[in-house]
Amino acid sequence: MTASPDLRELYQEVIIDHTKRPRNFRRLDNADRKAHGVNPLCGDKVEVFVKMNGDVIDEVTFHGAGCSISTASASLMTQVLKGKTLAEAREIFEKFHDLVTGKAKDPDFQKKLGKLLVFSGVCEYPVRVKCATLPWHTLKAALEGEAEKTVSTE
Amino acid sequence: MLRPEVLHDHNELNDLAIDVSRIREDFPVLTTLVKGRPLVYLDNAATTQKPRSVIERICRYYESENANIHRGVHHLSMMATEAYESVREKVRAFINAREPREIVFVRGTTEAVNLVARTYGAVNVGPGDEVLITAMEHHSNIVPWQMLCEEKGARLRVIPITDRGELVLDAVPNLLSQRTKLVSITHISNALGTVNPVAEIIRLAHERGIPVLVDGAQAVAHMPVDVQELDCDFYAFSGHKIFGPTGIGVLYGRADLLEAIPPYQGGGDMIASVTFEKTTYNEIPYKFEAGTPNIAGAIGLGAALDYVQSVGLDKIARYENYLLKYATERLSSFDDIQIIGQAPEKAALISFNLHGIHPHDVGTILDQYGVAVRTGHHCAQPVMDRFGVPATVRASFAFYNTTHEIDVLVEALGKVREVFK
Repeated sequence: MTASPDLRELYQEVIIDHTKRPRNFRRLDNADRKAHGVNPLCGDKVEVFVKMNGDVIDEVTFHGAGCSISTASASLMTQVLKGKTLAEAREIFEKFHDLVTGKAKDPDFQKKLGKLLVFSGVCEYPVRVKCATLPWHTLKAALEGEAEKTVSTE
Repeated sequence: MLRPEVLHDHNELNDLAIDVSRIREDFPVLTTLVKGRPLVYLDNAATTQKPRSVIERICRYYESENANIHRGVHHLSMMATEAYESVREKVRAFINAREPREIVFVRGTTEAVNLVARTYGAVNVGPGDEVLITAMEHHSNIVPWQMLCEEKGARLRVIPITDRGELVLDAVPNLLSQRTKLVSITHISNALGTVNPVAEIIRLAHERGIPVLVDGAQAVAHMPVDVQELDCDFYAFSGHKIFGPTGIGVLYGRADLLEAIPPYQGGGDMIASVTFEKTTYNEIPYKFEAGTPNIAGAIGLGAALDYVQSVGLDKIARYENYLLKYATERLSSFDDIQIIGQAPEKAALISFNLHGIHPHDVGTILDQYGVAVRTGHHCAQPVMDRFGVPATVRASFAFYNTTHEIDVLVEALGKVREVFK
């Protein structure tokens, strides 16, 4: 039984690294926006905390329990979004969404995603798309919500 | 390649030998290749595969017998009616009910439980009353009772489970009171595999005059079930979990109970006569079968029961127990595998977790090696909460599975570890 080459496209080294050592994995006491996200199908739970500085995301952290794909997605999301404006964050989410749902095949487009490109393998696994997007939907709810909000991917 | 699984080298199984390689030939789907590898189907607790005899019987019905049943005077309608009703008798014999009219065809176990909640429950459960279930129920044997209790101002009570995944039987007498109007318990847990002492619980409930519904969804395909011996009042199961089609299931109910309760849905076939002033309901079981039923489904179920009986449920139970033992031994030999549900009486199903790796990741990677398992909460979230896990990986076996397939599972789990090394 040899290792399937496809698997490494989904579980890239960076994803495994972020699964084992998630970045910004903590609750943020002074957050001014937060939201809960749940995927009832698999029991994944994520909380996203945001601290804004005017229009700019000053700090973003997460906490919770989930699979490798959702944990790494949350972890990389917090890294990518720190220092971005709300408009930039929205644009990145849209691009990320296109990437994991297989709509972003154009290399030029993909370049703009930077390190989020490690999730390009997800589109080959339709049932795992929700794992990758759960933290992002939760972030979106946090940014759009007044104080606290719960989202579900189902 | 699969090696033949004839168990002649096991003395105790000598006279119960099962020729798995021959049986596998009866199931067309088992030759499927998944990503270039032979399918290893270990998701039998979710649904079972269908033997060729079931598939062909359904085809034959649509090709040469299709008509609506019961009121037709023409040839095809009489043939379809005869085929449909003969399955009722087949099911009666299969679970040893007293009469065919105690067999109600439904969509599946979920509808059977809802039927009892909406009929028996509607007239017998009132404010302050209680319905007793167990802590290892599938959501389909929790939610209908919650809905009923909420509507009636009644209370849902729960028999707890031990760390091994067994019911705390000692707790049952104290949970049964004059307020208890129904006990609804699973025969075999879909998340843990535990075989419950339902006969004992039925005895305790009957001492207090309380009827009992048994959810047999996970049981009928894996062990002989005799509703008279169990002395249960209702017994529910799904066709698709016993090698039959989806969309057909059975509710067994004691005739006197079925007669005493109101109909479930209104419509055609469930009536004796209709005027705008008054409708007289049909006799049982038709009172509960409104509308054109799943005729092809019932006929397919009949073929599935024939198939299971041709193999023999005693043989099936013995062989699956052998698979369970083998899989338990193999999985237990790894320190990083935690088996959830270790009752001494178990069906051939293992819920487990691989340390530090989420079940969804395990499932995705196993799929790359052709191994189909279920990952998640198995529609039994209270069980997951009880054991403090968000989800598990579940491998569930049928008599067409082999020890070789368990070896493939174990080998593929090694690949999962490699990815996360």
